[in-house]
Amino acid sequence: MTAAVEFACVSRHFGPVTAPIKAVDGVDLTIAEGAFFAMLGPSGSGKTTCLRLISGFETPTSGQIRIFGQDVSQTPPHLRNVNTVFQDYALFPHMNVRDNVAYGLMVKGMGRAARYGRADEMLSLVKLDEYGDRKPGQLSGGQRQRVALARALVNEPRVLLLDEPLGALDLKLREAMQDELKALQKRLGITFVFVTHDQHEALSMADSLAVFNDGRIAQIGTPEQIYAQPRTRFVADFVGSSNVLPPAMTAALGGPAKWASLRPESMYLSASGPISGTVTALRYLGSGTRVVLRVGEADVAALVPTGAPVPQIGSASAFAFAPGALHVMEGE
Amino acid sequence: MTVPAIFAARGSADRLTGLFWRRPRLLLVLLLTPPLLWLGVVYLGSLATLLLQSFYSIDEFSGVVVPEFTLKTYAELLRPANFDVILRTVVMSAAVTLGCAVLSFPIAYFAARYAKGRWKAVFYLGVMLPLWSSYLVKVYAWKLILAKEGIITWAASATHTTAALDALLALPVIGGNSLSTSYLGMFAVFVYVWIPYMILPMQAALERVPTSMIEASADLGATRAQTFRTVILPLALPGVVAGSIFTFSLTMGDYIIPQIVGNSANFIGMAVYQLQGTAGNIPLAAAFAVVPIVIMLIYLGLAKRMGAFDAL
Repeated sequence: MTAAVEFACVSRHFGPVTAPIKAVDGVDLTIAEGAFFAMLGPSGSGKTTCLRLISGFETPTSGQIRIFGQDVSQTPPHLRNVNTVFQDYALFPHMNVRDNVAYGLMVKGMGRAARYGRADEMLSLVKLDEYGDRKPGQLSGGQRQRVALARALVNEPRVLLLDEPLGALDLKLREAMQDELKALQKRLGITFVFVTHDQHEALSMADSLAVFNDGRIAQIGTPEQIYAQPRTRFVADFVGSSNVLPPAMTAALGGPAKWASLRPESMYLSASGPISGTVTALRYLGSGTRVVLRVGEADVAALVPTGAPVPQIGSASAFAFAPGALHVMEGE
Repeated sequence: MTVPAIFAARGSADRLTGLFWRRPRLLLVLLLTPPLLWLGVVYLGSLATLLLQSFYSIDEFSGVVVPEFTLKTYAELLRPANFDVILRTVVMSAAVTLGCAVLSFPIAYFAARYAKGRWKAVFYLGVMLPLWSSYLVKVYAWKLILAKEGIITWAASATHTTAALDALLALPVIGGNSLSTSYLGMFAVFVYVWIPYMILPMQAALERVPTSMIEASADLGATRAQTFRTVILPLALPGVVAGSIFTFSLTMGDYIIPQIVGNSANFIGMAVYQLQGTAGNIPLAAAFAVVPIVIMLIYLGLAKRMGAFDAL
């Protein structure tokens, strides 16, 4: 299988050459064809710049970007068979929805009847059949998002890029759109590359994901790998709500003297320990209660399922964890 | 110790503030009355008087204004001599507007999309600075620049392009004896004087076009020219129209530049100036003054029909 997108030691620096801001710093990346790939990271970590490097709004300072084997490092955006769903949707306010969707076909010289036919098909795909004559200003956030999606998909891109596509939607709509996007991707078989800072979104939607930190990739893998076997402290911290244990504590729990991660849901109350401390905070989450335990200098969180007894704040308490739950990290 | 729930009014100022807080409309009315009086009575009122005057006529023997409704004065506008003045002014205004628009766009685009911090300050200063100096001084300076013995002639001979300059001046109608006595020269001075009024609204309009929209257009396969035609221009059009209203109406009303630069051909502004002064024909002067208003209304109507304000 060919790779849809490949980064070979790609860097993108801004500012003066003597003291550059390294937005993307030596990234190697391979995105398989047909994948639903997520780029996850905090703001300023370089994930959006990577997306803009694929779409062509940025050119790499060094390194090579290949789309289906073709070097596109110096190709302008309008010559790339790649389309983007923008964070703010970027719908053209002076055109109606149908003209917005048909825009890509219009600039390629397709006749009016043909492109309107295709635009209406796409609008029906995103369940907006009746909205062709409206102006973008008359639509809700969710509807605009669908129009942006239809406008990108009508060009039959080989790679679809989504820049924080669900960021502006409220929770309920966001969850519905997550399922819909996933289903759409499966149906169309197009490679989706999507940028998010929401770890839940990345874990639930992607087939594989890259976690970005400071312009570099901290870890690449399937959601299961990233969640269960974080490679560095940063990944463990950023993805999910794992406990990050310092080397001394890992050693005390029977592991090597290295940083380790321990998931709260793998811990349970046990009088014999081995993790004991004072309860400093409780947070009720519905399905369970998150108990924060002060152990020496560190905080360790445990998830107590609803129904089980919950210790009081200020009381001394001890927890054990399931065998194999302690994951020792290779990196810092 | 108990803390009072409500603080007592400390004086008339507190009572007045309280009154305005309870009745925000009262404050609005008080604030708006003076400017609305000015706008309504002094500004629009005098315009209405002007309009009224244009429907009067002048008694040809006594030279006294006859305050009776007639369309005779407007009919006089259609006399070849007067109609030529109108036509000449409209064509010059349109040319100046077009020239300003074409020259302004790259400047406004740069300022809106690329200029940051210091460069933005340089832009604003560069555009505004000429407005701070006297209009008359600038026009006379231009007369010297354009004169037969002036800088341009000198520069042309120094760069051995005199032939090109002569060819330009040999053009029928717009050419002439020298740049300062030709329509070409007048056009250049008009464009120079009014261009800030085109650049500023254009820049404001271009600044409101989000970068992501231009990127989206490229992303969907549009070339730069297509993006310009289908996205940037329609979205910036309200600004272009606003700017062109300035340049068009300012050129139509100007009576100084045609007197100093050009071939002494009459323009609407000059006609009004002469008619209300030496000739004492206020009704005809008023009728002339109505022409730019009517033309602007027609222009705005056309612009609206073309969708210039759809993106507002």
